[in-house]
Amino acid sequence: MAEQGIRLWSRKDLVAIEDLSRSEIEMILDLAPQFVAVSQRESGIKKVPLLQGRLVVNWFFEPSTRTRTSFELAAKRLSADTLTMNVAVSSAKKGETLHDTLYNIEAMHSDIVVIRHSYAGAAKILADRHPSSVINAGDGAHEHPTQALLDAFTMRQHIRRLRQEENAGLDGVRVAIIGDIAHSRVARSNIWCLKKLGASVTVCGPSTLLPVEIEKMGVRVTTKLREALEDVDVVYVLRIQLERQQKCLFPSLREYVRLFRIDEESLKAAPDHAIVMHPGPINRDVELSASVADGPRNVILEQVSNGVAVRMAVMHLLVNKPQG
Amino acid sequence: MHDGALLKSNDLRRRSEAGLTLTSNRKICPMTNASSEELEKTIIMDADLIRSSVHRLAQEIVAANPDIHSVALLGVLKRGRPLADRIAREIKEMTGVSVPVGSLSTRLYRDDLRSGRVTGITGTTGTHFDFDVDGRNVVIVDDVLSTGRTVRAALDEIIDYGRPKRIQLACLVDRRLRELPIQADFLGWSVETTPADHVSVRLVETDGEDVVLLERGVEEAQEQ
Repeated sequence: MAEQGIRLWSRKDLVAIEDLSRSEIEMILDLAPQFVAVSQRESGIKKVPLLQGRLVVNWFFEPSTRTRTSFELAAKRLSADTLTMNVAVSSAKKGETLHDTLYNIEAMHSDIVVIRHSYAGAAKILADRHPSSVINAGDGAHEHPTQALLDAFTMRQHIRRLRQEENAGLDGVRVAIIGDIAHSRVARSNIWCLKKLGASVTVCGPSTLLPVEIEKMGVRVTTKLREALEDVDVVYVLRIQLERQQKCLFPSLREYVRLFRIDEESLKAAPDHAIVMHPGPINRDVELSASVADGPRNVILEQVSNGVAVRMAVMHLLVNKPQG
Repeated sequence: MHDGALLKSNDLRRRSEAGLTLTSNRKICPMTNASSEELEKTIIMDADLIRSSVHRLAQEIVAANPDIHSVALLGVLKRGRPLADRIAREIKEMTGVSVPVGSLSTRLYRDDLRSGRVTGITGTTGTHFDFDVDGRNVVIVDDVLSTGRTVRAALDEIIDYGRPKRIQLACLVDRRLRELPIQADFLGWSVETTPADHVSVRLVETDGEDVVLLERGVEEAQEQ
């Protein structure tokens, strides 16, 4: 019953990877394979009753398809009821504050509120004041914790397959994160997560897209793609956020493509076993060439499938607080 | 078939009363603290008895399922699985048929999550079997039958995978603490216990030895 010692989950919310301990992260990753199996059932019902009768509210202030549908599906596979708030037509437009809106949602007895907001810290503000479990689905350029968890889970799966070690972790695994590090909550959450799990991380991009003092997070920094790709196990390609590119942070898209795009040619600098990951949606032939995006080294769709399982694990832990 | 099973378990009870100390006509005295220190540990099944029980469970499963090809065993993790493997080996010896065996982890179907009573939920091993349950005679195999709640969860889980022709239950030890209307179709041993007692099944595959121990717990002054 308690071979590896009793592990307790006590958190109500998931706001940032920065807050989590290594053992909490591992608890989520260890729980996820069972939920992968639920989604993969060939016959019968692809759901389990762990959140039966609970209400999960998806509250997205920024456009999102992948993350929103992933959370919605995760809640449904746990047998929860789901509600998606369409902000464009909600009371935010009428001047209601976040707190007031959430009090109203809670008056309908919500159990989990999944929030995405352009304001860094939005999730924390709500988590601190409200009894519902709050899951941060991306707050400004701060964090996107479930993305980092599903990425770490996918990397671990790959390493375990590669080394044929059932219990291998990410200790010593080398990850290069390429692209717009400065504006990326995905990069920030991934760095926190990978460092806590013992991986070594290199970030690479145009100097204008590398935040100052990023070295303090314990990562290696380079502006040369070749250098970043040497000896890596994972190439993590970030999306160039064209919609946030008004301020001209690099001279031209063509120059970015020439220097930083991951394609068959630039990938020659990486070892053969290295996988290519991307949080989506891909700008084809901008940060990632179509041939690599469709090629044998990418695990992008595995990331998507794993995302549902990891989010199921998170929701189950936050609501049921199991132990053991 | 059922009369036969009933006879056997009555027979068992007689054997148990004659042999090992199993029935609980013991005095519970909450006033004396001494008893709480020395917990009484009794061997209720030794390796021989476990072996013969597994053999008999296999015999009964074969007798109750003339179409042995339709039988599949699902062992409840973690000690139900090695028991299911042993029963499958016995069935193979008796009939020459290899019945498929799978593992069942009921932890995603528990009804006691919200009460915070459950432990062992965060483990990494889960349900795994590679046969279709549709139309099969599925036998759930577990080490201890107690409240019946694990079996209830197992039934829900199996039914989510398909529609078996029949589901039966085989258990090594019955603690007779049922909280649900669930009974074993095939039973190895039966023992009277209280909720404060602790029955631990130890198997060679998981614990390095074959033995079933009963530890008498001290009952709290007010029951429920």
